Order: sequence, then structure tokens, then C-alpha cells
Amino acid sequence: MSERPQPLIVGAGPAGIRAAQALVAAGLRPLVVDEAPACGGQIYRQRLVPDGRSTRDLYGSEAPKAEALHRDFAALDGKLDYWPQALLWNLRDGRADIMVAGTSRQVTYDGLLLATGATDRILPIPGWTLPGVFTLGGAQIALKSQGCAIGNRIVFLGSGPLLYLVAWQYMKAGAKVAAVLDTAPFSAKFHLLRGLPLFPGIVLRGMRMTAELKLGGVALHYGVGDVRIEGKNAVEAIAWRQDGLEHRLACDGIGYGLALRSETQLADLAGCRFAFSSRDRATLPERDTAGRTSMPGVYIAGDGAGIAGADAAERSGERAALALLQDRGLPHDATRAAALEAELARIGRFRAVLEAAFPFPAHWVKDIADSTTLCRCEEITAGEVRAAIGQFGVHELNRLKAVSRVGMGRCQGRVCGAAAAELLAHETNRGIEAVGRLRSQAPIKPVPLTLALAAQQGAAE
Amino acid sequence: MPLLRRLIRADHPAIPFTLDSERCEGRAGDTVLTAILTQVERLRLSEFSASPRAGFCQMGACQDCWVVLESGERLRACSTALTAGMSILTRRARTA
Repeated sequence: MSERPQPLIVGAGPAGIRAAQALVAAGLRPLVVDEAPACGGQIYRQRLVPDGRSTRDLYGSEAPKAEALHRDFAALDGKLDYWPQALLWNLRDGRADIMVAGTSRQVTYDGLLLATGATDRILPIPGWTLPGVFTLGGAQIALKSQGCAIGNRIVFLGSGPLLYLVAWQYMKAGAKVAAVLDTAPFSAKFHLLRGLPLFPGIVLRGMRMTAELKLGGVALHYGVGDVRIEGKNAVEAIAWRQDGLEHRLACDGIGYGLALRSETQLADLAGCRFAFSSRDRATLPERDTAGRTSMPGVYIAGDGAGIAGADAAERSGERAALALLQDRGLPHDATRAAALEAELARIGRFRAVLEAAFPFPAHWVKDIADSTTLCRCEEITAGEVRAAIGQFGVHELNRLKAVSRVGMGRCQGRVCGAAAAELLAHETNRGIEAVGRLRSQAPIKPVPLTLALAAQQGAAE
Repeated sequence: MPLLRRLIRADHPAIPFTLDSERCEGRAGDTVLTAILTQVERLRLSEFSASPRAGFCQMGACQDCWVVLESGERLRACSTALTAGMSILTRRARTA
């Protein structure tokens, strides 16, 4: 068996860590590749240096989970290969191109487990490219990992549990939070009561945070729309419409996000089949309840094939690893696998509740002004995209990319892709499921040209 | 005015660097993004409209925070640790 190449795990967040642990426990020696300098993923991201804060300060109620993951991964030292600060930028012919320490290395693997996570989902609004506007995730990283606030007077805008969590974390850290602007009406929050029987602790914690924000003097506004960010060289104010009335608030930092979107590029390069998910409003890699994709030997765990959060990521990481073991003809704990799937199903039901309580403001799309920048890499406005759709009779996202350059920039549509899909669907009077998805291209993130060329030559030899 | 406000780590060892030839100090544990944005309010000017940018996602996804060193080397500010002696330019419009 030692003749077989090692399994490859991409990502060292909660899913990747639990997957690695399960493979090591079964006697395998996986290679774990991760872009960050230390394990934990975005949710349990570690600081570059100790800074006097406790894990409780950093991760709040989730501190025990963060500590356990960091500790358990450290305990695997010597039993696996771990490449931090490494970017897996291409998959082809069963091999992976990985940039590490300034060179590209080619790795053959037997079993690929993708735990690539998610980033914030965004719709463009006027002024969103101004300095001082960060994603909710970005605002959280500034605080958690760097101990910085994104301004002196901060507004948090959007939808999703992260909206209130980040606002609360900023307030607790001593930053001035001026307001939380929720895109959903207050009535949507009553859906959370349906979540009480499933996960009472999470629902009550959310309610407590909201109450503490109010007690702390943070204004909470619901049903916010027509949002505009004002400023010349940086954020100066935010304006919005609510119940037919205009509102405006001076601020110098804004955290913005509309829940999360999956990072699916590597699943695409691996040849996995995709299917539309109405819950995520995105076309995502297919996976069964164990984490198997349509490609033999390729597994997905965590948020990379649909958003379910960190607790689900831990479980789906372990579950996918058990599937890999089973497919390899190795002993695996079927009872444990069934228990994990049951827990994942319960989290999935809770996820539906959260989706109702923090809905995506799909109706915003029709109001995106023509002058608003849609693609921040290539600086393409919504008006230019609309014009391209009309002029070329575009019905599909990759065609739209070809004629308008949307999604062609350095981020490869990570930031603008969801908005481009929503806009295309709206302009052509079709459902979001009908417009397709942006195909992923290697390198999935920028790598030096010389390095890509060297890898090509290596492959040709 | 700086974009980011440092809540902690203010007393950590200083790391000297230059920003558009001006001498600055970051702190041990800073990313390049943090080091720049605790001094000024932007990282770069955008390629096409030369509008100010200061990053967005801080997790290596949006690619909005690439800056140039005087040596010509490009780096992604949010995922690069600050090292002593870096000479960072923010004034050049074209960084791609």
C-alpha cells in the first residue's frame, strides 16, 4: 500500500483538519496544502504573533472548538505532510500544481479531498470600492488576526449571521459601531424560533448578541434598501432607504456581506459535475451525503460545495475522509459515518431556518444603477454589462464574460460572479438557475508567469 | 488619515519600512496591508480609473490589494507579512 501516492487535502480549516485526522488515524499519510501560514481556516484563523489576547477574546463562545482544532492538527505533526503558505493553482491529469516557497511543485495524489471554504457574497452598491469598505469576513480578519478596527465609526451592512457576530465582536473589542443595517425586514427574524428546537444554544446566543448591541447603543435598522456609500477618497457616510424614508449616517468604515459563497474552482478543474442549488442560489459541485463528488476519488467537505458553517465543516471533513477510506478498501467506522451524516442533516435543517431569517436580497438587482461598478478588477459598470447583454443577446455567463470581461479579472469572478449571474437572470427574465456558471481557469489565483511556464514545460517533458 | 485603527499590539517591536519613500514603522505581526493602512488610507490606485483602493476581503480572494515594491516585485498585501526594509509604492497606477 505504501506504493500508492498519498491522499491530498486542500485547505486546513475545520473540514481539512478533521479529514486529515481521520486519514492519519487509519494509517495513511496525507499531504495537506493550505494558503494560510497557520491552520484554522478563516473562521479559526490564527494571529501571526501572540498579542496578549486569549482564544476566548478571539473566538468568543467558539474558543473551545478553535483550541481543539489547532491542538489536534498540531498533534498530527510528523504523521502527515503539511505545506502552509502553499497555493494549489492547477489540477490536470491526476496531478496538482502547487506554488510553495516561490517555486511550483507537481504532486501526484491518490484521493483528493477539497476543503476550500467560502468567501463573502456581494452585490454591488454605489461606493463599494472606496477605501474603508471591507467584506464582513475581511472586517473580522482585521480584528481577529491583526487586532485592528476598520475605522473609528463603523457601520455593518448586509445579511447573514456574520453581520451581527462581527458587529458584536467589534463592540466587545472597544470599537465604535454606529449601526447595523440589515437588508431583511425584522419579521424575517421570527423564523429563528423554528431553529430553537434544533440548536437552542445558537439561537439564544444570537438573541443575546442582538440585545447587547442594542444595550451598547448600536442602532439596528431592518429592511434597508437602496444603499449608497459616499466619500471622495475614502468612506465618509452611508445612505439608505427604509420604510419609504431616506436615512444617512456619517461613518469611516463599513463591513458588508450578504452571507457566503462557495469556493468551487478546484472542483471544477477536477472535472466534478455541478448542479444548481436553490438554497445557495448558485451552481455547485454535486456531492452525496458522504462527500463523494461525481469524480471517483474526489471528495468535498465544508463550505466549498454549499454553505453550512464551521460545525458542519468539521463533521463533513471527517465524513468525507471515511468515504475515502472505504473507497480505498480500508477499514472504516460505518457507525461513526452514520452518526456524522445524521448531525449534518440536522445542521442542514437549521441552515434552511437561517436562510429564511437572513434572506438574500435578490430584489436589489433591479435597482443596481448603471453607473455602479460591478466588477472591481476590470472596473466594469452594471450599465456596461446590461449593454453587453442586450447588444449580443447573451443568455449564458461565460458568453457574458467573453463579451463584457466580467469575471475575467484577477479574482476570476469570486467577487462579481454572483452579481453578474443575478443581473443576467434579471435582464433576460429567467431564473438564476438558467444562466449557468463561470468556468474556472488555471491558475485559480495569480501566480508569476515564469512559474506557470516552468510548470507547463515540466508537464510537456 | 489612516484607514485602520490599531486596538492592540501597539507596543510590539517596530518594523521599519518605506511607503512612497517616506520612512514608516509597522509592528511585529503586521501584514503588509495592516502596516500600510495604519499609516494612510489607501493601498494603490486602480488600473483603469486610478481610483483609490484599500483591499476588500483580506483573505486572499478578491486580489484587490496587490502592491508593488521598489524592486518591481508584486505582492498581495493581505497575505504577506511585513518584513524590515520593504520599500512599498502606492502611487503607481498600474500594478498588474
